[in-house]
Amino acid sequence: MIHYVLFFIFAALAVAGALNLLAQKHPIASALSLIVVMGSLAAEYLLLGAEFVAAIQVIVYAGAIMVLFVFVIMLLNAGVEETGGQGSRVAWIFGFPAMLALGLLLAWVLVRRDPANLPVGVGATYGPAKAIGEQLFKPYLLPFEVTSVLVLIAIMGAVVLARRED
Amino acid sequence: MVPLGYYLVLSAILFACGVAGCLVKRNIITIFMSIELMLNAVNLSFVAFAAYWHVLSGQVFVFFVMVVAAAETVAGFAIIIAVFRTRETLNVDRVNLLKL
Repeated sequence: MIHYVLFFIFAALAVAGALNLLAQKHPIASALSLIVVMGSLAAEYLLLGAEFVAAIQVIVYAGAIMVLFVFVIMLLNAGVEETGGQGSRVAWIFGFPAMLALGLLLAWVLVRRDPANLPVGVGATYGPAKAIGEQLFKPYLLPFEVTSVLVLIAIMGAVVLARRED
Repeated sequence: MVPLGYYLVLSAILFACGVAGCLVKRNIITIFMSIELMLNAVNLSFVAFAAYWHVLSGQVFVFFVMVVAAAETVAGFAIIIAVFRTRETLNVDRVNLLKL
């Protein structure tokens, strides 16, 4: 029972944050609502027993990436979004029908769901850090090492792209 | 004991919000945030399926998605800063050099 209550509280928080991200005009307000979404998703991961993923969700997403967002918004002095101009007509014609189609798809998933699935209890963990570490360093060793190269490339690319040309 | 379908529905709602934000928003930073929202929605369904089938690979994939998202954010912000230096705007409609 408590499982359902917690799930719906944090799901409502996440959806409210996502809708607020769309509704707000100022990028800082959008960034703060995105932090709400990420925090409530971390709680959902804990409900699913994925404690390691919840921890890195808070540290990497809600911490590092959102700090980067807020930093860039402040650096570029981004103000209220310009609403003038016609914008993209195609986006208005196709965007909301696409959203509606996705909504119908998810309604279909909800209706067709298997009634006897996912018995995850509170406190039952499937993702302890030790087990994930063993996965990372045994079967997923090569992708793990390749990501380090990727991060290095991203750092160098950022330095080169953002450098002021004199 | 929340069924798997509920997590998938939440994930789909968040993904739809991200798609709508990408299409409707005009500020390049907000569009970037919508992309992060979509990545988060997919991560949620990864973790839900990992718990459903009792395999850890889903959570390892979430780890990789987060690493790639961090790299993408860093490179994307460098591009945004470079665009802002040359065009003096964050509005994607005014970044139209490639348009016919």
